[in-house]
Amino acid sequence: MAPISLYVHVPFCVSRCGYCDFNTYTASELAGGVNQESFHEILNQEVAFAARTLDQPTVSTIFFGGGTPTLIGAAALNNTLEFIGNNFSISDTVEITTEANPDSVDAKMFAELKAGGFNRISIGMQSASTNVLKILQRTHTPGASEKAARLAREAGFDHVNMDLIYGTPGETDADVRASVTAAVESGVDHISAYSLIVEDGTALARQVQSGELPAPDEDLSADRFEIIDHMLEDAGMQWYEISNWALPGGQGQHNQSYWNGSDWWGIGPGAHSHRSGTRWWNHKHPSTYARALETGSPQAGQEVLTAEQRHVETVMLGLRTRAGVDLGSLTDAEQERCSALAAQGLLDGGALALGVARVSDHGRLVADSVIRELLG
Amino acid sequence: MTTPQPGSTDPAIVRNFSIIAHIDHGKSTLADRMLQQTGLVDARSMRAQYLDRMDIERERGITIKSQAVRLPYTSVSGENFVLNLIDTPGHVDFTYEVSRSLAACEGAVLLVDAAQGIEAQTLANLYLAMENELEIIPVLNKIDLPAAQPEKYAAELAHIIGCDPADILKVSAKTGEGVIELLERIVERVPAPKGDPAAPARALIFDSVYDTYRGVVTYVRVVDGRIATRDKIEMMSLGTTHELLEVGVISPEPMATKGLGVGEVGYLITGVKDVRQSRVGDTVTTAVHGATENLGGYRDPKPMVFSGLYPLDGSDYPELRDALDKLKLNDASLTYEPETSLALGFGFRCGFLGLLHLEIVRERLEREFNLDLISTAPNVIYRVVTDAGAEITVTNPSEFPETKLAKIFEPTVRATVILPSEFVGAVMELCQVRRGTLLGMDYLSEDRVELRYTLPMAEIVFDFFDQLKSKTRGYASLDYEPTGEQDADLVKVDILLHGEPVDAFSAVVHRDKAYAYGVTMAQKLKELIPRQQFEVPIQAAIGSRIITRETVRAMRKDVLAKCYGGDITRKRKLLEKQKEGKKRMKMVGRVEVPQEAFIAALSTSDTPTKK
Repeated sequence: MAPISLYVHVPFCVSRCGYCDFNTYTASELAGGVNQESFHEILNQEVAFAARTLDQPTVSTIFFGGGTPTLIGAAALNNTLEFIGNNFSISDTVEITTEANPDSVDAKMFAELKAGGFNRISIGMQSASTNVLKILQRTHTPGASEKAARLAREAGFDHVNMDLIYGTPGETDADVRASVTAAVESGVDHISAYSLIVEDGTALARQVQSGELPAPDEDLSADRFEIIDHMLEDAGMQWYEISNWALPGGQGQHNQSYWNGSDWWGIGPGAHSHRSGTRWWNHKHPSTYARALETGSPQAGQEVLTAEQRHVETVMLGLRTRAGVDLGSLTDAEQERCSALAAQGLLDGGALALGVARVSDHGRLVADSVIRELLG
Repeated sequence: MTTPQPGSTDPAIVRNFSIIAHIDHGKSTLADRMLQQTGLVDARSMRAQYLDRMDIERERGITIKSQAVRLPYTSVSGENFVLNLIDTPGHVDFTYEVSRSLAACEGAVLLVDAAQGIEAQTLANLYLAMENELEIIPVLNKIDLPAAQPEKYAAELAHIIGCDPADILKVSAKTGEGVIELLERIVERVPAPKGDPAAPARALIFDSVYDTYRGVVTYVRVVDGRIATRDKIEMMSLGTTHELLEVGVISPEPMATKGLGVGEVGYLITGVKDVRQSRVGDTVTTAVHGATENLGGYRDPKPMVFSGLYPLDGSDYPELRDALDKLKLNDASLTYEPETSLALGFGFRCGFLGLLHLEIVRERLEREFNLDLISTAPNVIYRVVTDAGAEITVTNPSEFPETKLAKIFEPTVRATVILPSEFVGAVMELCQVRRGTLLGMDYLSEDRVELRYTLPMAEIVFDFFDQLKSKTRGYASLDYEPTGEQDADLVKVDILLHGEPVDAFSAVVHRDKAYAYGVTMAQKLKELIPRQQFEVPIQAAIGSRIITRETVRAMRKDVLAKCYGGDITRKRKLLEKQKEGKKRMKMVGRVEVPQEAFIAALSTSDTPTKK
């Protein structure tokens, strides 16, 4: 069978950031005997469940995300990774990433993670501006992320990513430039930059609602995207997805499995999975999740995609990437619309001539419209 | 004593009357009370607004179609009478119908709310009744209300009709107080009908209603002679003849009779299916030995206000056509013809008697036929004379000629506004802005004023009533009647979207207001049209001259930042939803315009319509 990517969700944080709507919890002890210290044991149960379900599974990438995976410690993370190794077949070249919060890592932890088999670190830097970090309610201080990146490099991690957020109310162009410069100079080979989204139910949404903070301005966000893109291109990084840039050889393998229709299994509360056209998702709350897992499957719901839905997803996900969508997978009508979109400067004419629908530089900023237009 | 039978009732005991009242002044409640106190309807079968048949009539408390009910009444002194209550439609748009209902009566009850005083439409209908030489019986209603000021409004009424304030009856239709006194007053004061029983039959049609089961039901008042079942009748203005299938009276349910004699009121059924075959104001006679002279006063219904009606969903067009065909059966004044709008697709240009008529038709189409509609801003008829001398009648602004014009004529109305004196300044200013000419001003009482203006009808059809209400905190009432036309310096303003004129937004306005219209419309649209992949100029133009411009800037950013595992399903569902939303977009050239933008831009106020 085809190799599968594994995502492992660690749903804990020290405190919740104002903009964040991820499935994460700040208490060290949750109902039903779920606690941070032994949580990896629960995760291991699903690893075993996944291995039983899949027939002789081969793993292509592994990604620990959160939450804050590093909060449960290197030993716990290594334990689950080892458990995966015992249940799945993993080659030496498999990309194994963990997210890390600058607050919860040090040289020792990086060394331990390296020893445990991790080979890629993703750091949540967000910004180099004190003001922006404060508005985002991040607990770390400027400089901490860059220092963490250097420590990771020193510990032998060849692949390090920095996450940035732009478009935060109160942020200036200078803040954005300073953040990009700091991230690049810390020696990472990969940068993800996301425009701030005000998600329903977050503290940020309430602040915008009450007028305490202005809503992020889309035009400003567009300007900032262009600033970031130019600076990263100058630093030798190339975009390979709407929000992702990398030095040659630095592209994240794991995330690409989401965009190219591969199979992936999400382990942990609220994690989503995909296997040949079926998507399912786990119970969200760690206690409910643990209980469900105890008695069988942690799955809370699923959908079986129709051929048409799979096609929509192929276009929707493919067009976000530099790899684009092969014209061969498009209908005749869609191919015709591609020509029109290229004429409008929204698709890359050169790529189209080579049989690939790829958004142009301008098209990247309005990729959602391009997707809608292409699908008709 | 036996009840007098229809068809053989002595005219001397017949009393034909109607009730003139403003919406909400309690006409239907009074009618209900009369049905009860004459013993026609017992308490068990009584329901509120007994005579109002249409849902809309009940809900809005207004009467659209007239009804006529025969009330046998035994007076306090023991005499038998037959009262015919001819209910009149209660709105400005139906003045002609009101005048025909009044022409069928010898008397009118002037019913005024004792807490509010007389309103403009009531006054106008009162004058109509006085022109028809009807005996007026002034009545103050709702005297049970704590806010009632019967003395004040009695003085006001006495001043208007020139009677003694002491003669004004005070009733509460709600409690029934004073209703017997009113019935006695009607018997005593309203003259008995006079007519020649031996002359050829002549009956006045004061209403005709389409009934799904019976076909057209024609309401008549017999003036001379007699109309009997199995007569062959003739509609004198049309010259058409019909077999009479049934003659009857409403008392309070339809009841077939052998015939109707002098002074009697009832209905005729001939089996025709279209109210246009049986027109309000026409005279009915017998086909054999018929009358040679009609009763006079007949007028063709003439639409005054036009609006384009379009189905929100283009595939509903056939349903809209069928619905209009059905409404037409019951509405002789509704006209419509197919039209095509570049922006709105296939629809109908409809003609109405006035704004309320438009609103009622629209509401019935939406409610009874389950249609979602867009209606274009209402406009009037313009008569245009070109330099070459050709005369063109314009009922749709987009058809306004582009060529050089010698003269443009617009219809005018004579408007009456009754309002508390403190708002006179504000209302005069409003009328001034609307190009009105003051004809006169009278104090009805110390603090109530009647203003009379000549106004271009176009200025009235566009949100005038809303403005009037808001400037007088709802206290002003308005009545108007068409008076003719005047020449005016009018221009057509077009709205262009990305260089393409949008026909639905074209308007004929006075030259002095063209700029303001253009600016308002362009600004409204700027807010309503979503940003596109390219910059969209919105321009207002007179002919080829651009008078204002707004710009919808090109969309800079439309992309979701993150799309990882758990986001994919959510993102695909959003995409599916957006795809559905796209179906509700209309393409104007390359510009996608949401339906809602058309509705909002065409609505007369900033706020969405009341419904």
